[in-house]
Amino acid sequence: MSTPVPSALSVQGLGLTIGGATILQDVDLEVEPGALIGVIGPNGAGKTTLFNAISGLMRPTAGSISMDGHDITAMSVPARARAGLGRTFQTSSNFPRLSVLENVRVAAQVGIGGDYSLLHFPRRGDRATEVAMDCLRAVGLDHRAHTAAGDISHGDKRKLEIAVLLATDAGLVLLDEPMAGVGSGDVPGLVDRIRDLHEEKGCTVLIVEHHIEVLMDLAQKVAVMASGTIIAFDTPDKIMADPRVQSAYLGTAA
Amino acid sequence: MSTLILILITGVGLGALYFLVASGLSLIYGLMHVLNFAHGAFLTFGAFLGFEIARRIGSDTWWAFAASVVIGGVVGALFATLTELALIRPLYERHIEQVLVTVGLALAAVALFEGIWGSDPIYISAPAWMNETTSVFGAQVPNTYWVLMAAATALLISLVVFLRFTRFGMIIRAGVENRKMVTALGIDVRKAFTLVFAIGGSAAGVGGVLASHYTGYVSAHLGSTLLIFAFIVTVIGGLGSLTGAAIASVLVAVLQQFANYYLGGTGDLIVVVALAAVLLVRPAGLLGRTA
Repeated sequence: MSTPVPSALSVQGLGLTIGGATILQDVDLEVEPGALIGVIGPNGAGKTTLFNAISGLMRPTAGSISMDGHDITAMSVPARARAGLGRTFQTSSNFPRLSVLENVRVAAQVGIGGDYSLLHFPRRGDRATEVAMDCLRAVGLDHRAHTAAGDISHGDKRKLEIAVLLATDAGLVLLDEPMAGVGSGDVPGLVDRIRDLHEEKGCTVLIVEHHIEVLMDLAQKVAVMASGTIIAFDTPDKIMADPRVQSAYLGTAA
Repeated sequence: MSTLILILITGVGLGALYFLVASGLSLIYGLMHVLNFAHGAFLTFGAFLGFEIARRIGSDTWWAFAASVVIGGVVGALFATLTELALIRPLYERHIEQVLVTVGLALAAVALFEGIWGSDPIYISAPAWMNETTSVFGAQVPNTYWVLMAAATALLISLVVFLRFTRFGMIIRAGVENRKMVTALGIDVRKAFTLVFAIGGSAAGVGGVLASHYTGYVSAHLGSTLLIFAFIVTVIGGLGSLTGAAIASVLVAVLQQFANYYLGGTGDLIVVVALAAVLLVRPAGLLGRTA
């Protein structure tokens, strides 16, 4: 059973213990290139920790992680990002005192290079600024380009996170609660932006999200986490019908 | 009236000196969350080597003065870069240990300087113009103060231009705001750490040379004394805020000068009282973020 194309993300036997407490254990996950995967589970199930382990912020104590067939388990956070991994954070992924444009520019610069240059001045019309403006137009934030990121609405901040990911070279993106705190009116727009990220940019996407209905509609497959491991990984329909999921997640959520 | 002007201008000049030290502290804290107690050592070393070079060229010429300022800046930058690479970086993310290691370095450096240059102050000379005064509305202002103000203004402007308009500066601003996200975008912030240390050390080294002209001597304790006030203005201005540090430097120094003249030399006491008052009313400092 050899697959011709390596998985976009392959997590094998991942475990993470901190001071005797087991946060993750035996997590196995294979994500095909171009998939859009939802990750659900009760609070404390280990969803964010899994994202932190994949992106390198936390070191797993067991198992391995590979991306496009390359083992990234020992790589640093920036090295993983340069290898094509992008992510957002639950609380804030923005730079509040930088302008909306600068937020995206920082990301665009990394792909283009020369980000440590002391001589290159970011200016209107240079490559990184153009890329950044295109990404802002794609999410409909170009009219706020020169506003401080801390001063835009919550829904716009979430759109900005997507624009930042669009500007990177990321092929695999991890979205940690991209709709948290967003008013219901803004949800459909945000879902469309996530679809853009997936379909137009062609990213493989993993989403942790508490808006179950939205996620079930958006994701091709859903992984259910409970007590630090993945207890089910299937299509949304089958997940909703799975009795284990009912008791582990939906039961406690109700 | 002329006394008032004199106190005001010398206050601003002293504030300029504070800012040369505080700017580096503020940048380093803002990006790395490290309280750098070794900053005074960068300053003192810059001052000593600046003095050595000036002495060899002929201390009362402008060439010697210019060379000492350049050497002070270079030496400060090198010392700071080495400190970051050898002591701070291996203790990445361990803030208490990082602070302790800078305290240790500061103590060791003072002992080393005393070993080399002795514990008595060494009086220095300067270009004749710097020992003269300029009359401003009747107040006779020592010219050294203009040099201090010019240096601090140039530093503030170049730092603002660097942070606001260069790519590296944008990364540093982003790193101050949200270091986790900068890293997740693929940027190795450790390069920025080293650069920020180098910039801070350079400003401190230049500050050391100018401080020695302000006091009239170099001594192994030059940095330690200034560092206390630099820390105070950094905290009053709001840790990590460059503009805050600039404003607080001037406010604190002017207050100090006025208290020294009108309240019987209580300047240092007043500064500590001001620190306590600011911490009570605005714990995050004047321009600090309320976190």
